[in-house]
Amino acid sequence: MAGTAKKKPRDKRAWYQAASALAMNAWLPGWLKGRIFQGDIKGVCVPVLNCYSCPSALGACPIGALQTSFGGLRFNLSIAEKKFGLYVIGFLGAVGSVVGRLPCGWLCPFGFFQELLHKIPTPKVRMPSFLSYFRYVFLALFVVALPLLVVDEFGFGETWFCKWVCPAGTLQAGLPLVALNTNLRALVGFMYYWKVALLVLFMAAMVLIRRPFCRAVCPLGAILGLFNKASLFRMAVDDEKCTRCDQCLKDCPVGIRIYESPGTPDCVRCLKCVSSCKFGAVSYEFLKKREVAEDLRVTSRA
Amino acid sequence: MKRILPWVLLALFAGMMAAGLLLGEYRAVLEKAVTVCLDCIGIG
Repeated sequence: MAGTAKKKPRDKRAWYQAASALAMNAWLPGWLKGRIFQGDIKGVCVPVLNCYSCPSALGACPIGALQTSFGGLRFNLSIAEKKFGLYVIGFLGAVGSVVGRLPCGWLCPFGFFQELLHKIPTPKVRMPSFLSYFRYVFLALFVVALPLLVVDEFGFGETWFCKWVCPAGTLQAGLPLVALNTNLRALVGFMYYWKVALLVLFMAAMVLIRRPFCRAVCPLGAILGLFNKASLFRMAVDDEKCTRCDQCLKDCPVGIRIYESPGTPDCVRCLKCVSSCKFGAVSYEFLKKREVAEDLRVTSRA
Repeated sequence: MKRILPWVLLALFAGMMAAGLLLGEYRAVLEKAVTVCLDCIGIG
């Protein structure tokens, strides 16, 4: 019945992603001056991986802030200020409790960057599913354990994930600041080349694989994903309507079959599966209100 | 239980955030955020 088939709803998500990237990086003079924004609102965390050393960034990266909190904890000094990262952990938990990993799908500039690179027409590769567990390793090791336990002579830990891994920092801060600021250019050494090489490697992977950084590395995605099953915003699939045609898998930016587990921590809640399912089997629910594509109503399981 | 859990989590984490703010953690995050992060750039 091709003639009577309803038109697919137009995907406006890219516009939201672009608007979000601009809104979080709206201090454009930073690009001219080669300096970062230093206003009082910069202590406000953003719910995405957006480097606070990007010249135009207006907010704080929660993963950088979390590592700083853990790195500054000095258990052995009674006079030291003890900041446990409650503000950042509370912020991430509150976001996760409400929407789970939805910011990854709709707001994250680095996720948007990966999706844009993946549009380059080349043969595509499927990421082995076991690699998705690696993001928990990065979270546990680089964000929590190493900043907490490996300390200098003054008892301070480092931001290990930012220093050794984060390609978002290299892209948003490293490349532009070094290009714009001659003082920083003089300090370039092995670490800089390591991070640029890692960024190039990730970018090559992004062309071939759907959002590989989000799926295998991102510690923020690992944290927010833990809430996917228990957040106010939930995905739901109607087993009676689902034919396992795998159209959702074909359209999914993170390559998952939503019907296997609607609450999977891998889902970035882009809602592509909701609009692509021609049987109206996939829906989402927020504050008891259920939405499905094309005015179809379903009984669903969360 | 499934309906209540998100609200419990939200209350718990909102409380943690408020406690962090009262302990002055906003200032600590701000101090880090307004300083160029040499680790992020790759020259730390």
